[in-house]
Amino acid sequence: MSSLYVARNPRVAARSLDGEMMIMSGRDSTMFTLNRTATILWQAADGATSLEQIVQQKICTEFEIEPDEALRDAETLARDLASHGILQISEEPIVGGDSK
Amino acid sequence: MPEVITEVAQNSLTIEIGGMPVRVNTTDRGFLNTLHNRYAGYVNSTADAEVEFDVQLASSGNAEQDAGVRVARRGERWSLTRGDFQAEWEPSKRRGWIQQTANPYSIDAVLRIVHTLVLAKQGGFLLHSASAIRNGKAFLFAGVSEAGKTTMSRLAPSDVTLLTDEISYVRKRDDGYLAFGTPFTGELAKLGENVSAPIAALYLLAKGRENRIDPVPAGEAARALLANLLFFAEDEELVQATFHAAFEFVNRVPVSRLTFFPDARVWELIR
Repeated sequence: MSSLYVARNPRVAARSLDGEMMIMSGRDSTMFTLNRTATILWQAADGATSLEQIVQQKICTEFEIEPDEALRDAETLARDLASHGILQISEEPIVGGDSK
Repeated sequence: MPEVITEVAQNSLTIEIGGMPVRVNTTDRGFLNTLHNRYAGYVNSTADAEVEFDVQLASSGNAEQDAGVRVARRGERWSLTRGDFQAEWEPSKRRGWIQQTANPYSIDAVLRIVHTLVLAKQGGFLLHSASAIRNGKAFLFAGVSEAGKTTMSRLAPSDVTLLTDEISYVRKRDDGYLAFGTPFTGELAKLGENVSAPIAALYLLAKGRENRIDPVPAGEAARALLANLLFFAEDEELVQATFHAAFEFVNRVPVSRLTFFPDARVWELIR
């Protein structure tokens, strides 16, 4: 599995409320509510940290899950979020992602 | 020449909703009279217009009001289209034009769109909700069609001032939010009073066998609010502004679920 980098799309609107992360696509006004894993991924997606590092440092420390399985799940999730335009994914570090 | 001045004055009308005067110019006296009647209570001939539209009436046209609304920005200019109208508006020049048939509901739609665009920049919005003032406080009752907006309006006792039974006008200010009356009516077909008051609560309507108020988690409140907002523009900046406006609102205004049995006793809970 090659390294993937993920970055928040700066063109979406996001708010966390009572632990729920809600995101609206600026492109088509579609609204998403992220679960806990997706929220962790979203918050860590700075474009510079690889998905593998995010899984090791943020997800495996939070959930009881094998690293390989967690990485597979995270990649599926990242691609799903990217298909909705709320995350960017790349095999190289992403410059210009939302690193806030 | 006085005659010319009189002629111009007679062919214009300023409709002030939510404190924003919009001037409408038309060469058709009959249409002007129609608008006078349609917006009675919201006509303010002394207000300086913040937006001015020249209306060009077409003798016939595509009158499909159900056709999708398209609102898009190119540079500084907004383009508004639906089956029964076309319009353009340039905010920096405060001017625009509308091409439509003499149906007042076409200009009604244009006004709603223009107000949503203006309010979005200011943290406010139009909301699918009834609203009313009681004891100097405004209450909003939000819900989709059949949720009970018109029922709540019909059941309102005499000390309640109805702002709308269909579309509420919410304007942000430093210390909270104001609800204004609107002429945008639902089944009640009665214009709201042209007054405003600070918003004390937003109720999400649900019909039931008893009258009760239950708290709503903030996330659910934000989702419900967003689902009931009027929003038309295909514009990322405004989508983001509206999204954040909804969250600001639920952070500052109590949002609860109002389950009600449709009789007048429900208003005993609204004070």
